[in-house]
Amino acid sequence: MGRIALRNVTKAFGDVVVIPPLDLEIEDGEFVVFVGPSGCGKSTLLRLIAGLEDVSGGQITIDGEDATGSPPAKRGLAMVFQSYALYPHMSVRRNITFPLRMAGMDKAEQKRRVEAAADVLNLTDYLDRRPGQLSGGQRQRVAIGRAIVREPTAFLFDEPLSNLDAALRVGMRLEISELHERLKTTMIYVTHDQVEAMTMADKIVVLQAGRIEQVGSPLELYRTPRNQFVAGFIGSPKMNFITGEEAARHGAATIGVRPEHLDVSETEGEWSGVVGVSEHLGSDTFFHVHDTGLAETITVRASGEVGFRHGDRIHMTPRPDQVHRFGPDGLRIE
Amino acid sequence: MATRHSRGIARIMITPAVIVLLGWMLVPLVMTLWFSFHDYRPQRGIYECCVGFENYARFLGSSSFLKAVFTTLIMLGGSLGITVIGGIFLAILLNQPIWGQGIVRVLVIAPFFVMPTVSALVWKNMMMDPVNGILAHVWAAFGAEPVSWLTDVPLFSIIMIVSWQWLPFATLILLTAIQSLDSEQLEAAEMDGAGPVPRFVSIILPHLARAITVVILIETIFLLSIFAEIFVTTQGGLGTKTLTYLIYERVMESQNVGLGSAGGILAVILANIIAIFLMRIVGKNLDR
Ligand SMILES: Nc1ncnc2c1ncn2[C@@H]1O[C@H](COP(=O)(O)OP(=O)(O)O)[C@@H](O)[C@H]1O
Ligand SMILES: [Mg+2]
Repeated sequence: MGRIALRNVTKAFGDVVVIPPLDLEIEDGEFVVFVGPSGCGKSTLLRLIAGLEDVSGGQITIDGEDATGSPPAKRGLAMVFQSYALYPHMSVRRNITFPLRMAGMDKAEQKRRVEAAADVLNLTDYLDRRPGQLSGGQRQRVAIGRAIVREPTAFLFDEPLSNLDAALRVGMRLEISELHERLKTTMIYVTHDQVEAMTMADKIVVLQAGRIEQVGSPLELYRTPRNQFVAGFIGSPKMNFITGEEAARHGAATIGVRPEHLDVSETEGEWSGVVGVSEHLGSDTFFHVHDTGLAETITVRASGEVGFRHGDRIHMTPRPDQVHRFGPDGLRIE
Repeated sequence: MATRHSRGIARIMITPAVIVLLGWMLVPLVMTLWFSFHDYRPQRGIYECCVGFENYARFLGSSSFLKAVFTTLIMLGGSLGITVIGGIFLAILLNQPIWGQGIVRVLVIAPFFVMPTVSALVWKNMMMDPVNGILAHVWAAFGAEPVSWLTDVPLFSIIMIVSWQWLPFATLILLTAIQSLDSEQLEAAEMDGAGPVPRFVSIILPHLARAITVVILIETIFLLSIFAEIFVTTQGGLGTKTLTYLIYERVMESQNVGLGSAGGILAVILANIIAIFLMRIVGKNLDR
């Protein structure tokens, strides 16, 4: 079990309110990702759930029981920290068994669990090393191992991949997703990287300045962002926003079109501009288009290799059903 | 110092310092060694060469030698114990966010700046005096018989004075070590179900091991040569005669330079044995 609910939870450090009243339901077995720009309160929210910070108000329940005042150890949650927080003077084996030893579990069971975890995480050959002798990815796995042996009701991850290089990050992303498939335990995962959020989550919680902007599945957020912030945050490259006359023509204060929802042509189209920088990824090409009279730059994604060069005139047509309309308050207009 | 040229210059530049330091250390050491093989009693005009190991045999054979070694070790162990344990305790305390932290830290460090002679005098006359001392007043306030510190428990009293001087050093080193502990490690341990005591034992103490090693090694060097504190308080009486003080007595009071020098060389050997011994036990922390 691992159902977590926050009701009216607030957090202030002194006079600074980091989390204004906030409600959130996390279902058992879900993979929930908290995503938002740096400093928006993701870690704080996670630490409130973990019990490492006290709430300033509101209630946290875990599996229906009030956990607001319980100490971290009593909540049955396991956390993987950004710095891994391994114990440097203990071997990998002792790191992983630390929570079990603290719980006074018998030796045979400890051994069984460590070996099972090491097997899953490919750490069997490293059990007698110190964390200092491991690579970043291996340390990450030890931290995960230390979390899974406890068989917690939910896992909390705070930007666990941000210290890894790009290639390793993709690999670990898959491993964590696989782990979730296998364990089917609730996982709460914090990241500022919307790609991680989109690829891993069952449910994404988009945060800005401590407020929840939208909660939904990755595709819901992609297809129907509730407001302009979510629209701009989810999706890569970012959505193009256009204001002014062109927006008014669509009956909105701002319209948004994703780079992949613009059809390009050399000869004709609704909008046109001059190609600036182009980024060739092989499978796709991104053009940054200037002088459109609509916005400073418009990013366009074209599939495959398209023959526009710097300075060429390019014509673009938004797909009509893919134009997002936002009111003056930034909220979506259906 | 990357190139051969700059290395050459560097060598020339440090030569004067090396020569001065070598002279500074070697000349007294060689002189002590030289005198230790002489029967040299200047006031009686005796200066006889090459008495072999006679001085050493006399120094080692005297009943006061072994006693002095024991006294030295007790004083060393006692002061190390108090400063290290007290230092850890104070460092943890000072690491808490408290009001007026800066001032408290300066106050804690202050004793380190007081000269040994002065601090010994202050303790002797102001704190430990059985009639007018502050401790006597405290004892009296609780209706207890004031303790005559320097006559009843002289060795313990000196250990107290020395510890008071060296506690700031230990605290300072250990405080910086504690501050470098990653707070996420403590939080991880907390989530792993470790209470305050297991957290201290399994996380904080191992983290401090290196700093404790440094404190012990440095303090040992200085504590072995404690002199002023004994000279000012008990003058080596009442079982407080350390090796250093014994050597002083042999040279100054008995005017026997040869015997004192032999003692000095023995003290150097003893200090090295202790240092090697300590390095063995705790030094392995240093090469991690
Ligand atoms: N212990 C603290 N004391 C004061 N302010 C804090 C503390 N922890 C976090 N904050 C503030 O709360 C805000 C949110 O921080 P955090 O949750 O770490 O953001 P994120 O993890 O989303 O980058 C930041 O503005 C930060 O300065
Ligand atoms: Mg954070």
